[in-house]
Amino acid sequence: MDTFCYLVQNMLPVAIPLLLVALGGMFSERSGVINIGLEGIMLFGAFFGCLTVLSIQNTGLHAQIILLIAMVVSALAGWVYSLLLSFAAVNMRADQTITGTAMNMLVPAAILLFSKMNFNSDGITTSIAFYIREVPGLSKIPVIGDLFFKKTYLTVYIGFLLLIISAIIFYKTKFGLRLRACGEHPQAADSVGINVYHMRHMGVGISGILGGIGGYFYSVGVMDGNINGHTGVAGFGFLALAVMIFGQWKPWNIMFASLFFAFLRTLAYSTSLIPVLNTLKINNTYFKMLPYVATMIVLVFTSKKSRAPKAEGIPYDKSTR
Amino acid sequence: MQNNLFSKSNMKKITHSKGFSSFTAALLAIAIGLIFGFIVMLVAQPRNALQGFGRVLFGGFSRIGDVFYFATPILMTGLSVGFAFKIGLFNIGASGQYTMGMFFALYAGFMFDLPDHIHWIVCVLAGLIGGMLWGIIPGIFKAISNVNEVITCIMFNYIGMYLVDMWIQGNGTMYISSKTRTAYLPASAQMPSLGVKNSNVNVGIIIGIAIAILLYIILDKTVFGYELKATGFNKHASKYAGMNDKRNMILTMAIAGALSGLGGAFAILAPSSIPGSSMTYEPINIIAANGFNGIAVALLGSSHPIGIIFSAVFISHIQRGGTLTALYGFKPEIIDIVIAVIIYFSAFSLLMKSAFGRFIKRHRAKSESEDLDESVPAAADGQESARGVPAGQNSEKVGEEA
Repeated sequence: MDTFCYLVQNMLPVAIPLLLVALGGMFSERSGVINIGLEGIMLFGAFFGCLTVLSIQNTGLHAQIILLIAMVVSALAGWVYSLLLSFAAVNMRADQTITGTAMNMLVPAAILLFSKMNFNSDGITTSIAFYIREVPGLSKIPVIGDLFFKKTYLTVYIGFLLLIISAIIFYKTKFGLRLRACGEHPQAADSVGINVYHMRHMGVGISGILGGIGGYFYSVGVMDGNINGHTGVAGFGFLALAVMIFGQWKPWNIMFASLFFAFLRTLAYSTSLIPVLNTLKINNTYFKMLPYVATMIVLVFTSKKSRAPKAEGIPYDKSTR
Repeated sequence: MQNNLFSKSNMKKITHSKGFSSFTAALLAIAIGLIFGFIVMLVAQPRNALQGFGRVLFGGFSRIGDVFYFATPILMTGLSVGFAFKIGLFNIGASGQYTMGMFFALYAGFMFDLPDHIHWIVCVLAGLIGGMLWGIIPGIFKAISNVNEVITCIMFNYIGMYLVDMWIQGNGTMYISSKTRTAYLPASAQMPSLGVKNSNVNVGIIIGIAIAILLYIILDKTVFGYELKATGFNKHASKYAGMNDKRNMILTMAIAGALSGLGGAFAILAPSSIPGSSMTYEPINIIAANGFNGIAVALLGSSHPIGIIFSAVFISHIQRGGTLTALYGFKPEIIDIVIAVIIYFSAFSLLMKSAFGRFIKRHRAKSESEDLDESVPAAADGQESARGVPAGQNSEKVGEEA
């Protein structure tokens, strides 16, 4: 039970960035724009989040307030950076995959340059602890208190809140319906008066916001509040894309997919603490490969009947209506 | 007669060829990238920006040997990415294939004991096989179960990197754990140097250019190349025409992987200018950057094998220049930024091509109408129709390119 508790407590802060970024990818792709630049957006958001923390960590504000402020900044940063993609993909009808790749390449270089010139290091190191030892009151609940309200981060609760909001926007509002229509059949959507360009801008914008927040939450939950240009977000943006495909572009499925991946990753990094795995004497590298191998296995079985948005990746041209 | 060579119709043929418009689009992307880099330099350090930028542009000329030496691996990964682009696959997994090829070459270098002139050839071939094995996987996944090749490639970048790092760390002959790097390769496994002073430039670049020309011939003169391009243009139509798109896809990825693998082999087997040493690999769980630079090279060369030769040399040139900017207090990362901006704008190439076509069209329509005004001032009707025809042709051409 203690092992299980430990795994869940460590899994959730890892799952949340995956969840948020995959949700972001979902908004973008269901509107018809492939967003391969999520890795870059995450790192950009994380960088500005950490920069904010660095500049206000000595003001004596409460740690969780600082986290919230940094979250807002990272969301803004992610949104601004995603404009590069929406401008290229929607207005200029550029190749979306290439644009995304360029965005992924730009950020690590920019961070390294900025950090080396200003801090003489590879990234930003902050010195504030966002860790919550236990949530007062709620941690006393048997089982659930141990699993969800001890040794955790505020990011976990915000993450699930954003998931619920996303699902409501996606399925219960006019906006969500229109967004999904633009990813399936933009010509038809346009013919009933929906502005496809506007919808796609919104889709990419939301993915930027969620991607930025996800990136910052990665730096809080996985990197202890630091970020650097060398390791970046360790392929989480790409993993999130796989999570999104595994989750079949649906919010709740994405949640389960992200929990699954986070579980595997946590397992990989805590083999020495789990007696069963420790006695097997398997090289730790195999565990580190596990999330990626599992992704491939899952994709082999889900891609055949993939429910990918039909119009994703195709720039919308009004004249083809 | 000689004037005919530069006559209008001839110029038109040149300016309307696909290569020309790709070339101008690439130049435009490069110009924007460089200007952006200059602005970044201005912001970072206004005083030294001009000198630093000068180094970026011209610094490479003082180290021509190094430019070609560093161009070799990215030429190969560029060819790999570009070749896969021709069939419509995005080979973002060049890094993994590159790392695999490097490992296979290293393994052959340490473990096989062969005579001098054969050893390095065997190592290069081992690299080719390693890359091919890693490249064929995304092809098979795509062909059999329709898994998006971008995701497969990225996953296998990580899997390959972890595997290679583990294999190297577990091998006592290859790895020196106290130095956290591989041991020096035997001299017989290193590629022959071209003998440029203070530079590691070797026969790899010559082999690479030969391979690029070979790829050009395969793409343009063989049935396989034709089928490959046809599948890239329209998957369904080529399937309808009886082409085996799945087989072609797997074959293309195998070749692309082999090219990246060769890149890795060329990088690790390069001779060192210091006798008794060699290139080494540090297993520090980082994905090889040369694979991603290959994407830039391929895009800049519009996936054309010959174009890729030039773009590889150009990227290597500004990278060399970028390391020299350290003299003025800049960091070499500035070049990565420039490259990223170049890629971003080369994604606009479609738009740039048509914008450029429109510009030429307008320009020509104007000059032709002026000509006509001078030569046949009387025939107003004829002038009208003469002006109409070239414009119509031009717009058709632009449409085709788009």
